[in-house]
Amino acid sequence: MHLMLIPGLFMVFVFSYIPMAGLVIAFQNFVPAKGLFGDQVWVGLGNFRFLMSLPNATNVLKNTVVIALWKMVLGIFVPITVALMLNELASLRYKKLIQTVIYFPHFLSWIILGSVLIDILSPSTGIVNRLLGVLGMEHIFFLGDNQYFRGTMIISDVWKNFGYGTIVYLAAITSIDQTLYEAAAIDGAGRLRQTWHITLPGMRMIIALMMVLSMGNVLNAGFDQIFNMYSPAVYETGDILDTMIYRMGLENAQFGAAAASGMLKSIISLFFISISYWVADKWFDYRLF
Amino acid sequence: MKERKKEKIKTSPARKIFCVCNGILLAVLMTSCILPFIHVLAVSFSDKVYVQAGLVVFLPKGFNVRSYQYLINKIAFWRAFRITVVRTVLGTAINLSLILLTAYPLSKSKEKLIGRSVYTWFFFITMLVSGGLIPSFVLVGQLGLRNTIWSLVLPGALPVFNLVLMINFFRQVPIEMEEAAMIDGAGHFKILTKIYVPLSKAAIATISLFCMVNHWNAWFDGMIYMKSATKLPLQTYLRNIILKMDMSQMTGDDYGLLQMLSNESIRSTQIIVAVIPVLCIYPFLQKYFVKGIVLGGVKG
Repeated sequence: MHLMLIPGLFMVFVFSYIPMAGLVIAFQNFVPAKGLFGDQVWVGLGNFRFLMSLPNATNVLKNTVVIALWKMVLGIFVPITVALMLNELASLRYKKLIQTVIYFPHFLSWIILGSVLIDILSPSTGIVNRLLGVLGMEHIFFLGDNQYFRGTMIISDVWKNFGYGTIVYLAAITSIDQTLYEAAAIDGAGRLRQTWHITLPGMRMIIALMMVLSMGNVLNAGFDQIFNMYSPAVYETGDILDTMIYRMGLENAQFGAAAASGMLKSIISLFFISISYWVADKWFDYRLF
Repeated sequence: MKERKKEKIKTSPARKIFCVCNGILLAVLMTSCILPFIHVLAVSFSDKVYVQAGLVVFLPKGFNVRSYQYLINKIAFWRAFRITVVRTVLGTAINLSLILLTAYPLSKSKEKLIGRSVYTWFFFITMLVSGGLIPSFVLVGQLGLRNTIWSLVLPGALPVFNLVLMINFFRQVPIEMEEAAMIDGAGHFKILTKIYVPLSKAAIATISLFCMVNHWNAWFDGMIYMKSATKLPLQTYLRNIILKMDMSQMTGDDYGLLQMLSNESIRSTQIIVAVIPVLCIYPFLQKYFVKGIVLGGVKG
């Protein structure tokens, strides 16, 4: 049995553990030609000091946290609401149809969704702005205006993923004991009260668990999405840690500084993820393995 | 009492109004998920004049299939398409064999697999911390994988979250069957292939679908690891031509047909063609993935 584990252990060691050790780059003036773990010049905390000295460092951190937090909050609230609404539907066929359609965007890449969004949100020809025009409103440059960029990112992310989340909550709703509803109805509780006193408490565990587990994403504002839709015009509100690391490391070849910010991100995330798993384990008896 | 009052409000007409509003609201949500794609589909079939004038909404105007004719002959697109198909098949095969092989021992009890908690921690830690982009990028370069298909399938060879799903499925396999096979002299590999795999077909289907979708949609690795334009997977290729709107990639022959086409139509057509495979496996996704995410999300 131990033999069977070897290939998996090996791959994970090479592609997860070596990069972790490779974070020593953060303390070096890294030159790729000399190689990982090669004879590099050590600069101590120099890269970190350089990061702190960047004028936009706090701004990037703020963007990251703001976007990530909004996505976390709405990413829980919206699916729960939709699941409750779906649960009220009398027609099973309609329910099934809606479910089928709403999680479709989840399976598409941000490349596809990004280009669709760029197309429909275009200030001149996009259908959204044409609709606004018909309604007599000003055209909005959703992806190029600092006032709207974050909101557009948050809403489009929720739009992509709410169908997926809905499934989880809907499953929790269907596992609630039906006799509770019958008892409540006999006691004279209306649908609203049934929802408030039976359905929501029945989902309490899963909602709390999802909240706790989403905590680890506090620094993940969504690289795939933002990278494919942002532009220098909206760096002020849209540039996040991951996009900054990418530009720094792979476009400007500042490997040391990029690895240093990657390391900071990893450490802060480790803190949050550990707490979230710890809480999930203690309160909800949730264990991955 | 307050409860009585509320009860009165909830008479049947109010309930009816609520149901109608609820139904309508859900319909709006549902259409929001599909209309953007219908628009793209309409643009792909529309005539240049109408597209550029911004007159195409959800129905094609000046219906034609020229952009599809153009795309059929576009070698670069199909080359990228083929690379993505190859990586999806190869990548999913690697993912699945590693997941099966690793999940089997880890699904055993602590008594049966000595050091199980050490192994699980080894995998679990990778979900907590990662080296991040820069060291991984340097590592792949140093291993000489850049510009090869291996750079797309090896770094994520063992997706740990899917491994967890598989372990949980495997734990549901009745232990008696395994014990019986043991007595008959079957080894662990035989038990895995002859008992566990046939009994977890649904789980395997779920996880393969997850892996397939991941590989199909992956673009970032293609962008950073592939140096030559002829080796880009489909999503990366699409990113280059759609998001950057780089017209320099067009060859001279393209121009004849191109004059009759708008950029929007070509873009839309490529989006549609890239979405079709996802649509094709969508019924299967639907069938299996509810089980999968519920298990992954709720679990325990």
